[in-house]
Amino acid sequence: MSLFQIIFMIGQILILTLILIHNAPIMAWVERRGAALMQNRLGPNRIGPLGLFQSAADGIKFIFKEDQIPGHVSKFYYVLAPLVSLVPSFLTFAVIPYGSQIDLGGGQILKFQIADLNVGILFTLAIASLGVYGIIMSGWASNSKYAMMGSLRSSSQMISYELSMGLSLVGILMVFSSVKLGDIAAAQGQTLLQLGPIALPKWGIFIQPLGFLIFMTSVFAETNRLPFDLPEGESEIVAGYHLEYGSMKFAILQMAEYNNMLTGSGLLATLYFGGWQMLFPLGQIYSHLALSGMTADWVRVAFEIGSFTVKVLFFMWFFVWVRWTLPRFRYDQLMDLGWKVMLPLSLVNLFITAVMISYGVI
Amino acid sequence: MDISPFFFYLFGGLAILFSLFVVLKKSPVASAFSLVLVFFSFAAIYAVLGAHLIAALQVLVYAGAIMVLFIFVIMLLNQDVPSFDIARTHVVIRAVAVVATVALFGAFVWVFKNSALPAARGGFSASAIEMAGGNTVVVSELMFNQYILPFEVTSILLLAAMVGAVAIAKRQKSSAEVLREAAANQRKQAGRAAVGGAK
Repeated sequence: MSLFQIIFMIGQILILTLILIHNAPIMAWVERRGAALMQNRLGPNRIGPLGLFQSAADGIKFIFKEDQIPGHVSKFYYVLAPLVSLVPSFLTFAVIPYGSQIDLGGGQILKFQIADLNVGILFTLAIASLGVYGIIMSGWASNSKYAMMGSLRSSSQMISYELSMGLSLVGILMVFSSVKLGDIAAAQGQTLLQLGPIALPKWGIFIQPLGFLIFMTSVFAETNRLPFDLPEGESEIVAGYHLEYGSMKFAILQMAEYNNMLTGSGLLATLYFGGWQMLFPLGQIYSHLALSGMTADWVRVAFEIGSFTVKVLFFMWFFVWVRWTLPRFRYDQLMDLGWKVMLPLSLVNLFITAVMISYGVI
Repeated sequence: MDISPFFFYLFGGLAILFSLFVVLKKSPVASAFSLVLVFFSFAAIYAVLGAHLIAALQVLVYAGAIMVLFIFVIMLLNQDVPSFDIARTHVVIRAVAVVATVALFGAFVWVFKNSALPAARGGFSASAIEMAGGNTVVVSELMFNQYILPFEVTSILLLAAMVGAVAIAKRQKSSAEVLREAAANQRKQAGRAAVGGAK
């Protein structure tokens, strides 16, 4: 590894960490403005242009608020819980590729991905499954009935939807025969169908439409977003697992949720929407520019990062969109959907995929 | 590979420390959380040894799925009874525990001293695995080609265990039990009606 590669690595870790830190305040603003848009009201519009600095004001408030610890909690675990949910939410983004690579020559390759592990997606799944401990711990340490109910709901929900999530992923892994996210994104650059001038790319969603639906629903359930936000269902159990939390600790729990959303969006984009593969006009523009040498590589990567960002932002907006469109499930409906619909469907998907691969259709 | 001994002893030490917590902590939930950290330290050791797939699976299966289920059950039962209290154990049991622990430790020492370690190494050195495309590829190729039969037999065994668990959980009530319950319900309703009438 040359010095440049090491600096590049540290640089991308720093930049991605900063993005993840700023993700929560920005998404909080998007969510509030989006809610207002859909409910025909204004939303925060007083501080800064379009109320953009509202989140900064909220952040300052969170930091300077009195940091109270209720008397009835189990102190050690109460303080530990927000951190336990925050750390995995940062780690999971490490294996997602947000651009392809640049060959500097002399065996030096710059990868636009923090860690290209050979376990790939399994790393994300493993670390993401640890995030639930933060929620369980916060509910248990709070020593309050509602918080306890919230964390019990959360753990059973996580267990139920992890199954269909993993099984729906197997379809994608079978098609691209790799667990490395970089390989999966690269393989989606091929053309699936040529309809005259329009080339349909070999994106995951065109090969695995059912798998995509199951995976997306499971991501909603795993991130505790509406319509699956039973763990914090305000109208039933007040605020669920973060009922006893205030000031920055509460903000950290929220941050973890938004970071999980970002990772979920990144996974959806990478597995089913071609990852860093260029979006429609960008690819054409790039081939028209007819650049060469180093410039071509950097422009290509810039276009790829742009495409990836657009895809991720779309899914972030999709999370908000769904939240203000669908009502919350009842608890038994949630369990029925997970075990009686999603799980059999993901098995069917797996079977169909296996048959199609063995007959050489895909 | 030159820094791995340090990490090995670090995570090995952590694993032992948290194993002690599992046994010594009074609250069952705290014990369970410590067990999660034990599994996590194991995963770290696997990762340091270069077995990334096993590390990921260790976290995914043990720390991420099985322990969540454990904690879920413990919290559902809401046990406030301390799981371990040395003052409540009988003297004989304490003595037996000490003797058994020392004997087990002795057995381990004896085995490691007398077995022919290091055993003969197979072809799977770290560099050979790297050449063949990494852990995940090598393990899955072996599992689905050479060892497909044991793999399938294991999954059938797990399936049988699962069916057994469901059968026990959904045990059919005998007809006598059903009748008895119906009678009890009727009595209860009659009693409630009588109370209501008195009001």
